[in-house]
Amino acid sequence: MTSIVAEFQRLARRYTADRQHRAFIQKGLSGYYQKRDAAKASFQSWEDARDLAAQTKYDAVNHLDQYLMEFTEKIEARGAKVFWASSAKEARDFILRVARENGVRSIIKSKTMTSEEIHLNDALEKEGYGVIESDLGEYIVQLRKEPPYHLVFPAMHLTRAQISELFQKELGSSPTDDPEELTMIARRAMRRKYCEADMGISGANFAVAETGMISITENEGNARLTTSLPRIHVALVGIEKVLPKLENLALFLPMLATAGAGQQMTCYNTMYGGPRQPDEIDGPEQMHIVLLDNRRTELLADAQQRDTLGCIRCGACLNVCPIFKNIGGYSYGTTYQGPIGSVITPHLRGLQEWKHLSSASSLCGACTEACPVKIDLHHHLLQNRRNAARMKAVPAEKISFLAFAWLMSHPPIYRMAVALGRIFEPLHRLVNGTALDPMRAWTKTRALPKLAPDSFHQQWKKHRGGKPS
Amino acid sequence: MRISLFVPCFVDQLYPQVAWSVVRVLEGLGHQVEFPDGQSCCGQPPFNSGYWDEARVAARATIAAFRDSEVVVGPSGSCVAMIKIFYPQLFAGDPQELEARELAAKTHEFSSFLVNILGVTDVGAKFSGKVTFHDGCHGLRELGVKKEPRALLEKVQGLELLEMAEAETCCGFGGTFAVKFPTISTAMDEVKCSSILETGADVVVSNDSSCLMQIRGMLEKQKSTVRSLHLAEILASR
Repeated sequence: MTSIVAEFQRLARRYTADRQHRAFIQKGLSGYYQKRDAAKASFQSWEDARDLAAQTKYDAVNHLDQYLMEFTEKIEARGAKVFWASSAKEARDFILRVARENGVRSIIKSKTMTSEEIHLNDALEKEGYGVIESDLGEYIVQLRKEPPYHLVFPAMHLTRAQISELFQKELGSSPTDDPEELTMIARRAMRRKYCEADMGISGANFAVAETGMISITENEGNARLTTSLPRIHVALVGIEKVLPKLENLALFLPMLATAGAGQQMTCYNTMYGGPRQPDEIDGPEQMHIVLLDNRRTELLADAQQRDTLGCIRCGACLNVCPIFKNIGGYSYGTTYQGPIGSVITPHLRGLQEWKHLSSASSLCGACTEACPVKIDLHHHLLQNRRNAARMKAVPAEKISFLAFAWLMSHPPIYRMAVALGRIFEPLHRLVNGTALDPMRAWTKTRALPKLAPDSFHQQWKKHRGGKPS
Repeated sequence: MRISLFVPCFVDQLYPQVAWSVVRVLEGLGHQVEFPDGQSCCGQPPFNSGYWDEARVAARATIAAFRDSEVVVGPSGSCVAMIKIFYPQLFAGDPQELEARELAAKTHEFSSFLVNILGVTDVGAKFSGKVTFHDGCHGLRELGVKKEPRALLEKVQGLELLEMAEAETCCGFGGTFAVKFPTISTAMDEVKCSSILETGADVVVSNDSSCLMQIRGMLEKQKSTVRSLHLAEILASR
């Protein structure tokens, strides 16, 4: 069995070697940068908005107990049922039970990364339920039997030609590279499914405590159909999605649209506050909210990294991450890709197994700069590295850093060691870049700098005197 | 002003000319430059790898070396950020926390020191050629140094500054990252080098020799004629 880290390295090698793929992703994102900057410019002050958003989310996360209770009371008063799931399994089992007890046959879903996190589709399909993704991007990757490539743009890695080819094969459509037409092909295939489905599963972008409503943001209108046509609506909501007040959406809806898709607002922003009320003519008969913990409370207990629960899953950190842009979404092997995934996956799925993602970063900080809720992403990567080494040091690393620390705190000996290095440097030239080169990790693709004949230290001593060392 | 020079370990061993350039520029402005003995490495490699105890050992040596300094200036955004931003975290709750904070407060990145502390943008440099500037990430995002190097370059006689696309995108060095994940680091380097080449500049300049080591490593491998110089080397040109 290959280890998780070996698989990461293998996929990273594969995707970085694919220059066409890298160029395609980078080109796609350059369009996003322009739109994002234009949308940012409509804020009076983007920086002030970030401050306010960070404070609001931090307050919400620090008072989760209070706000989640408030949310639950308010939405249950309108007839929704709230289920508290402490693990992925509990959430899956609950949704399966609801499906069984209500004689559900077919299920339609709108975009929800939280359902990817708990592997809901697999569980539902294993029990014989047909599940259709209604978000266009999600539908495309579902047809390809792939997970989402990017937490906001699930099919961003595919060209129109690839999508057309897929539709020809799976749906029997005629070839086209017109995006409108491709959308219409998917829509025709999906409309029938909406009418057949007796359960609609959605996520939530926000859960407003004050009014007991969930807020869903989308561009296609499919989430509205998913949540209102079938007789049962199940919303899977991470506990960190809570916002204290309705007015907070005035900030968070445009902020999510801006950071996530470079739009001032997404096309549809809908609040859902319960099943069909007695005086209403449509809407689902039942509404279930599944509040998912799945180790989020462990993150909450970590005072240093609690702010990561403020994440609104906008994907802005992925879009600016030079690692993501070169290795792509599939190399990570996680539900949440990019910097936020590298930060939280070790918490959600085990630090020792996933610590390599925190090391696979140059710590450039572009993510932190982009994050609308000001999560200190790249510094969290440093903290993960520290926590991992503290929990279980890698012997070779521990020994070399012990030696390093000792040398650096004994400068005269350190300088002697480098002098020795100067003697061996000519020998290195014999193996430079070859399989025998101990520095091949660098020299295979990059020229190695040469040691100066005399260090600055020696030169200074020679020219300016000073104490010998 | 009596200025203590902080020379990062790899500059000391690989690029002594960068440190001399800093000396020349500062002395040219009439300041007295000292090079405190006993400095070695700031401790960033173990710190970034998660080995904070070992990082503290190296850092204590650095703190001791600059104990009597009035002001400390270093030609690397990354190593200065280690002292200025990360020492206070590394020493939080440690008996030496106060000393670490004192050193952090009096330490400055070279270009930021010239522009923000000395108030100088024209150091009397002359350099003929087309130059593009790469923002080192630590200098840029930890220290907020962006306009300072450009303000200095604009005053260099004969120099034409050409901005590259995505100058703020990381070159892929990242310390141990460069050898732990060489394929990713190399891919980032390729993107950076093609941005540099697209400008048509003769020279790529940065305020961090570590980024330049990464960039130069690839340009040399590609047999490119584009040279790489530290900002201090440009400012010391006459």
